[in-house]
Amino acid sequence: MIEALQFEFMQHALLAGLLVSFAAGIIGSLIVVNRMVFLAGGIAHTSYGGIGLAVYFGLPIFLGASVFAVAAALLIAALTLKKRHRMDTFIGLIWAVGMAIGVIFVDLTPGYNVDLMSYLFGSILAVSSEDLYFMAALLALILFVVTFWYRDILAVSYDSEYAALRGVNVKFFYTLILVLSALTVVIAIKVVGLILVIAMLTIPVYIAEKLSHSLFSMMFLSGAVATLFTLVGLWLSYTYNLTSGASIIIISALSLGVFLLFNRGR
Amino acid sequence: MTVIEIKDLSFAYDKQMILEHINLRVEEKDFLAIIGPNGGGKSTLLKLILGINSLTIGSISVLGKKPSQSLTQIGYVPQNTNINTDFPIKVIEVVLMGHVEGKRPLFGYGKSEVLCAMGALEQVSMAEFAETKIGSLSGGQRQRIMIARALCANPQILILDEPTSSIDITGQREIYNLLKMLNKTITVIVVSHDISVILEYANKAAHVNKNLSYHDISDKQSTFHKHGTGEHFCEIELLQMLGSDNCNTCDEEEPKWSLKP
Repeated sequence: MIEALQFEFMQHALLAGLLVSFAAGIIGSLIVVNRMVFLAGGIAHTSYGGIGLAVYFGLPIFLGASVFAVAAALLIAALTLKKRHRMDTFIGLIWAVGMAIGVIFVDLTPGYNVDLMSYLFGSILAVSSEDLYFMAALLALILFVVTFWYRDILAVSYDSEYAALRGVNVKFFYTLILVLSALTVVIAIKVVGLILVIAMLTIPVYIAEKLSHSLFSMMFLSGAVATLFTLVGLWLSYTYNLTSGASIIIISALSLGVFLLFNRGR
Repeated sequence: MTVIEIKDLSFAYDKQMILEHINLRVEEKDFLAIIGPNGGGKSTLLKLILGINSLTIGSISVLGKKPSQSLTQIGYVPQNTNINTDFPIKVIEVVLMGHVEGKRPLFGYGKSEVLCAMGALEQVSMAEFAETKIGSLSGGQRQRIMIARALCANPQILILDEPTSSIDITGQREIYNLLKMLNKTITVIVVSHDISVILEYANKAAHVNKNLSYHDISDKQSTFHKHGTGEHFCEIELLQMLGSDNCNTCDEEEPKWSLKP
C-alpha cells in the first residue's frame, strides 16, 4: 500500500478519509446522544434530490447536495419541534420524496448518465482538491461550533427541558446540530456513500460512548476510531479490489462485534 | 415574607379542567408537601409555578414577579432522573448545567463557576464523585447530583418533583434529611407520593386534586392527634383527611378520626 501513496488520488483518498472520519465522529456523537439517527438517515437519503438537481442544472454536486440537505434538515427540525409524536412518518416521507426527486432529475438530464452507484456507495478514489477544501472547511466549522458552544450543546443534549429552564435556546441548538449533520452527511457521501453513511455516523460512536466519561472525549475518540476504520477499510479495498465504502463499513461492523464480545462483562 | 402567591388559578388542557380555583401562599422557609392522586394536577401546578406552562386564568407571583422572570431564583429537580444514564457526562458537568445564562467565559466554564458547582456538590456530600460518570452512580446518588445542580444557581426556592420515586427506603430518608438541612436557609417545595415520609419533614401540606386544600402541619401532635407512641394514621386515612375541603380535625378538641391500635 505504501507504493500506492505516490499516486495523487491515493493521497487525496487518505486525506478525505481522515477529514470525513473526524467530522463523522464528532457529529455522529451528537446524533447518537440526541437520538437523531433516524433523522440523519432521512437527511442522507433526501440529499440525493440535491445531487439530481445539481446534475440537471450543471451545478457543482457538493453545492447542490449541501443546499438540498440543509433545507431538508431545516424542514425536519421545524416538523420535529412542532409535531414530535408524528415525526417518524414525516421523516419517512421526506426520505423517499428526496430520493425520487433525485432520480427524476437524473432521468431528465440529456445525454449524460451519472454513475448513481458512486453516490450511493461512495467514490473515495475520485476526490478532487476542491472536495478536500470543502471537507477541511466543514471540519473547521464543526470544531469551532462544538468548542464555542460546548456547554450549551451538552446541556441541550443531556436534558433539554432543564436547559430551556436555564435560558438555553433549545430550538436553535437542535436545528444547528441537524444542519451540521446534513453537511457532514454530504461530505461523507464521497467516502462511504449516502446509503452507508449511517453506519459511519453510529458504529465508531457506539464504541466511543462505552469508553468515554464526557461528551468531549466521546467526540474525539469517535473521530479517532472512525479514522482507524477508514484507513483499514481503504487498505482492504486497495488490496483486494473491493468497493471502498462497503469495505470501511464491514471493517467497522466486525470491529464492533469484537468490541462487544470483549466488553460483555461491563 | 411570601415567596409564592397563587390567586384564583384555573387551568385546562383541551377543555378538560385540570386545576380549579387554586389559592396558595408559600412563606419563606416553608417546607411544603404537595400531595394528591395521579392526574390530580400536581405536576401541572408545578409547571405553572416554573413558567413551563403559561397560565390561563388567575395569577401567580414568584418572589413578587411573573414565574418566567424569577426562574433564576428557583432551583428545580425534575421528576425522572434515570433517563439518559448511558450519556457520557461527568457529575461536575451535570452540576455546571445549573448555572444561569449571563456572566460566562467565551469558551468552557469559568473558574468561579466550577468552584460554585463544587460547593453545591459539597452541600449534598457528593464532592468526591465530581469526576465520575453519572451513569455509574446509584439512583439516590444521582438524585443528590440533581439537587446540587438545582443549588448551583443559589436559588431562594427549591422545587422537587417526586424526588424519591425510584430510590430505596434508606436513600429516601437521606434525601429528606438533606432537604430538611437545606430548608434552614431556603424554601422547599416537594411533590410526592410517599406521604407517610414527606409529612414527617414538611411543615405545610397541599392536597391537589383539581382543587387544593391547604393544611398547616407544623405541629404534628395536634394535626394527627397522636396519642401515645403506638398510634398512627394509616396512609388512606391521611389522604382522606388532607383531601377533604375543610380539615375537620384542626379546630376541634375531639378527633373525628378513629385511630388504629
